[in-house]
Amino acid sequence: MKVRGFLIGLLAMTVAAWPVAGAWAQDKTIFIPLFVYRTGPYAPSGIPNANGFQDYFNLVNERDGGVNGVKLVIEECETQYKTDLGVECYERLKGKKPPLVNPYSTGITYQLIPKAPVDKIVVHSMGYGMTASADGRWFPWVFNFPMTYWSQASAFVKYVASQEGGMDKLKGKKIVHIFHNSPYGKEANPTLETLAKQHGFELTLLAVDHPGQEQGATWLQVRRINPDWIYLSGWGVMNQVAVKEAASKGFKMDHMVGNWWSGSESDVVAAADGARGFKSMTFHAPGAGFKVHQDLVKHVYDKGKGATKKDLLGEVYHNRGMINAMLNVEALRTAMLKFKLKTPPASEQARWGFENLNLTEQRLEQIGMKGMMRPLKVTCENHESNGMAAVQQWDGKQWKIVSDWIEPIRDVVRPKLEAAAVEEAKKLGYTVRDCSKEK
Amino acid sequence: MEFFFDLTVNGLLVGLMYALVAVGFVLIYKATSVINFAQGDLVMFAAYGAAVMLGLGWMPLWAVIPVLATGMVALGFVLERGILRPLIGQPVISVIMVTIGLAFVLQGLAAILWKAGTRELPLPVRVEPYVVGGVFISPINVVAAVTAILSLVAFGLFFTRSRFGIAMRAVADDQQASMTVGINVRRVFALSWAIAGIAAAAGGLIWGNMLGVDTFLALVGLKVFPVVILGGLDSILGAIVGGLIVGLVESIAAGYLDPYVGGGTKDFVPYVLMILVLFVRPHGFFGREIIERV
Repeated sequence: MKVRGFLIGLLAMTVAAWPVAGAWAQDKTIFIPLFVYRTGPYAPSGIPNANGFQDYFNLVNERDGGVNGVKLVIEECETQYKTDLGVECYERLKGKKPPLVNPYSTGITYQLIPKAPVDKIVVHSMGYGMTASADGRWFPWVFNFPMTYWSQASAFVKYVASQEGGMDKLKGKKIVHIFHNSPYGKEANPTLETLAKQHGFELTLLAVDHPGQEQGATWLQVRRINPDWIYLSGWGVMNQVAVKEAASKGFKMDHMVGNWWSGSESDVVAAADGARGFKSMTFHAPGAGFKVHQDLVKHVYDKGKGATKKDLLGEVYHNRGMINAMLNVEALRTAMLKFKLKTPPASEQARWGFENLNLTEQRLEQIGMKGMMRPLKVTCENHESNGMAAVQQWDGKQWKIVSDWIEPIRDVVRPKLEAAAVEEAKKLGYTVRDCSKEK
Repeated sequence: MEFFFDLTVNGLLVGLMYALVAVGFVLIYKATSVINFAQGDLVMFAAYGAAVMLGLGWMPLWAVIPVLATGMVALGFVLERGILRPLIGQPVISVIMVTIGLAFVLQGLAAILWKAGTRELPLPVRVEPYVVGGVFISPINVVAAVTAILSLVAFGLFFTRSRFGIAMRAVADDQQASMTVGINVRRVFALSWAIAGIAAAAGGLIWGNMLGVDTFLALVGLKVFPVVILGGLDSILGAIVGGLIVGLVESIAAGYLDPYVGGGTKDFVPYVLMILVLFVRPHGFFGREIIERV
């Protein structure tokens, strides 16, 4: 009887102490949900990307002892790149009080944007999602630095101009935009149309329906138009087919430029040697020649904690996952330094960190990413930051940066972006905030 | 006019590539009445097999092809014996759900076995197009067309001249009557899955070369449905004709309508055509009309 009573008492104490223990554990770590697509048709892009995230977060824990001494705890949730599964992941994991989510899908981002201010969770859609949300006055909880699709498209036009001999040489040139027939694929169209009017180039928009496995008719039109340049906004298999079609139609590959979701190793495999010369926009360097990769090998891979094979480090999407994780970490670190925290930042504090992120050259050097990405600064008004794009080229074996950093045509992009922000915010019933009152 | 010819020729050639996948679907339906939603996944699986074998560099393409075909035949047998046979006599919906499940299993298995990265499937086919009378013809499309036509001839001979082929036709006509005359119906079922495996191997080699090999390749299976419904679910000739029609209609629609409506016509126009054809010929162009006494 005594033994039974003792056991019941012990059980009661354990049950009573459980939430306290959980809360204590939560206080000591920063929980970050990782929306991944390791399965499904987009897995070839999703896996290296997820591995990049895992590796960088692991590196921060192993090398730096966490963010300002607070360790990161990561939990993956499989979305298969499907919006409904992404929203399900969000709803399931928001109870663990994450300071941020990276939806890693434009569709999921659109669904989370209305939820973010209610749940007070930062949505960071790095280089994707809703372009208009870059206006932080209307969308305080959404960030899309280092750049938006519109800025990217304007940087592409500037790159074309630089290759042709100047902006005035664009007049009369023929540019075709081949895009995934989805909100994502269409994002660049308004910017390209505006710039076509301003600079007198002839723009043709050719949609490719999902998934884009058969593009014969599209490329026959391309042959008929005989463009000087092609801009490709594809995704998944559409990119592979487009690159192969371009090569098989004899198009000059160095005059075909993908956006930054159309320039990975997967995209050039099918075309093999024919893909040589194909270019794409990017906001970070490819390759494993940076100090952060050495750190990764030393602190993570040599301890058997790597997420992938060592020889796959430096792949475009692995690097992109690392860059995304780094931006998350630096934003959290900014908040923790500001509020002198040795515990996880509260949601408003984390948001402040994102909004005041100032990633300097010096800081990039400290974390081993000097040269891998440009410094950037986020402000209350500008949630896409002052990021710049570059052009990388496939040389048959690897991607290499072949341009200087290109400043987007901000005087064209920003007014359109602000107008779109008003429109989108009205749909959501948002009110504008005065950034001069933000500290 | 040159543009029209371009669209027509390319559409017909792509249509034959669709037919190559559709043939496997028809073979299974013809003998077993099973609607196989996993045909695209079998194509993907075969393509992975070919890409992995070629990637290892242990054997040349001429040796890979028979090994691949044998492997797919074995897979067909295993699937039939392990998954489909226990469902004989069960409601059609159960069988359909199982083939849908099988599709996901094959995708997951491919990702586990060979990882999800895109693989190259190199074939000794030139990349540069042939230019015939101003019309650009992609060499891989020509290979696919020749393969599809040869498949049609081979399967035609098989079904009319071989003992097994005639047995398969008999089973397709009436399973019970076939059993009474001593045909081993279960063996016929297994054989149909095995032959569908060979068709998947051919489709996998061609489509894998064209698109690169990853789990995306399974989506080519989606093209099968308008093709086989137009042509007739149980007709190999119908699969070829359906493929040609779908390829042609897609190409013409994408070439002439998409520029005006901003895209998207290629995907629904074949289905519109399919609905119109079903009004007039509910069993498709070459499908067998089954009249049952009640």
